Amino acid sequence: MTRLELPALRHEADALWGFAERQFNLVKRYWAWEVLWLFYSLVSVLSIGYLASGLGLAGFSARDFHRTQLYLLVGSLLWSYLSSVFTDVSFAISWERWEGTIEYTFMAPVRRLTHLLGICLFAIVYGLLRSAIVLAIAIPLFQLDLSRSDLLAASAVLAAATVPLVGIGILAAVLPLLSPEKGDQMAMAVQGFLLLVSGVYYPLSVLPAPFQVAGRLSPLTYTLSGIRDCLLDGRHLGDEMPIIALLLVMGAILIPGGLVVFGWAEGRAKQLGLLKRSG
Amino acid sequence: MNEKTAVSLSGVAKGFRTWKRGPNGAWWRRRRDLKVALEPLDLNVPAGGVTGIIGPNGSGKSTLIRILGTLLTPDSGSASVFGLDVVAQAPSVRRHINRVSVEASFFKELSCWENMLYAARLYGSADAGARRRVEQLMERLGLPGDTLDRPMKQLSRGQQQKVAIARSFMTTPSLLLLDEPTTGLDPRSKREVQELLRSLRREREVTVLLCTHDLDEAAALSDRVIMLDHGKVLADGTPAELCERYGQPDLEEVFMQLSGRSLAEDEEESE
Repeated sequence: MTRLELPALRHEADALWGFAERQFNLVKRYWAWEVLWLFYSLVSVLSIGYLASGLGLAGFSARDFHRTQLYLLVGSLLWSYLSSVFTDVSFAISWERWEGTIEYTFMAPVRRLTHLLGICLFAIVYGLLRSAIVLAIAIPLFQLDLSRSDLLAASAVLAAATVPLVGIGILAAVLPLLSPEKGDQMAMAVQGFLLLVSGVYYPLSVLPAPFQVAGRLSPLTYTLSGIRDCLLDGRHLGDEMPIIALLLVMGAILIPGGLVVFGWAEGRAKQLGLLKRSG
Repeated sequence: MNEKTAVSLSGVAKGFRTWKRGPNGAWWRRRRDLKVALEPLDLNVPAGGVTGIIGPNGSGKSTLIRILGTLLTPDSGSASVFGLDVVAQAPSVRRHINRVSVEASFFKELSCWENMLYAARLYGSADAGARRRVEQLMERLGLPGDTLDRPMKQLSRGQQQKVAIARSFMTTPSLLLLDEPTTGLDPRSKREVQELLRSLRREREVTVLLCTHDLDEAAALSDRVIMLDHGKVLADGTPAELCERYGQPDLEEVFMQLSGRSLAEDEEESE
């Protein structure tokens, strides 16, 4: 990789902003769809909250019930956030193919890292905003007691989780490049597998051994574990430093790894002529 | 390498693999097929002027443009733009080129300005004066004043194509790849786009590769014409030279003499 001079850096920063701005403009134009997706996220989270309420009626003690409810809601809310980022990033490539702009974007004089970071940046900020709206509705509805929670520490874990999330996002964007027809479905299958093994609604210990191994490799597992520690048990930032460090290390592996895989997929697409618009 | 060579190709070939099922074969059995898009091609295009690449659909024109646009990797041979290899030095090549394709590549729901701004950011020209420059370009194109803030989907195909050409010039490319820029346009829009290309060519120092299957357009706009068919070069020269060399009144007749079929018939068949 060549060293970047200041004007080149400024150009890359401008292009990064350009990708995020483009995504924002698209969301603005398709606002009705976005309201629909927000509604879908909201009902998904609320139904998990009410599932916990149903368990409360099954004879749990009040303390166990509140803990279970918060445990499930945290999983549901975080999953809603992580899956929206995953979907937005992989869909950004498919969308370009569908619009017929994919070749224009891929022949622009911009580093692929800049391109993908711009898309991930918007997906993360937008995902956080959507999740904050859902959380703001869920807190009064379920009368969640967060008085013992360390929100600052939970936010720090979430911020650290953003780094490996960008890596996963880049890997997600590879799928529509590999298969123009089935890339989106492949992304959904991968997303489903992450849901299964990452301890979103249950601890990893209930899974069979091979799934537990897969779960330990997923950064989502540690994100969920860290945030639950902070919200359910009131653990502080200092206690979560090992998890934060682990998430950062995972990101340091996943981002360059994702770029290498994306570079290979782009080369393959150029060899086979897959960048051309289809459909 | 001559400094004034804009495009240089040496033995560039490209084919696409497809998997085909035999007529009576089992549903899971498929055989691999190779569709040749470009036979090994040698070509040099000097900097400046318009070179028309003409031929029917499937002749290899767009494949050639995509290889030069760093969107396709050749199977063999080497291609360079201003001395830069399109595979090994793709990021540097991209700084010199822009492309207008048959389908104006825009986000249709976004406004014309939002699309222009996106392009300006990617090409590093989104400074404070960008909006004014775009407005001036739009004015020159004869587009109504409110066009810039209208969604692209509300513009006619002719208007979209004009905006695409304006966008390509906004980035000041040294090599402009025009891939069927007037295909599918009504006669009036076609004339307007052609006139725009003529005037921009007069004013700017840019090398243009114009792919078209409209032979009249190629004859009117090109300094040199390269005739392609089935991935091979049939003829190469100025429009007048080719007509004289083959003793024909126009390029359509030249193509017919060399390929044994009419380009117009070919287009109808492909439709």
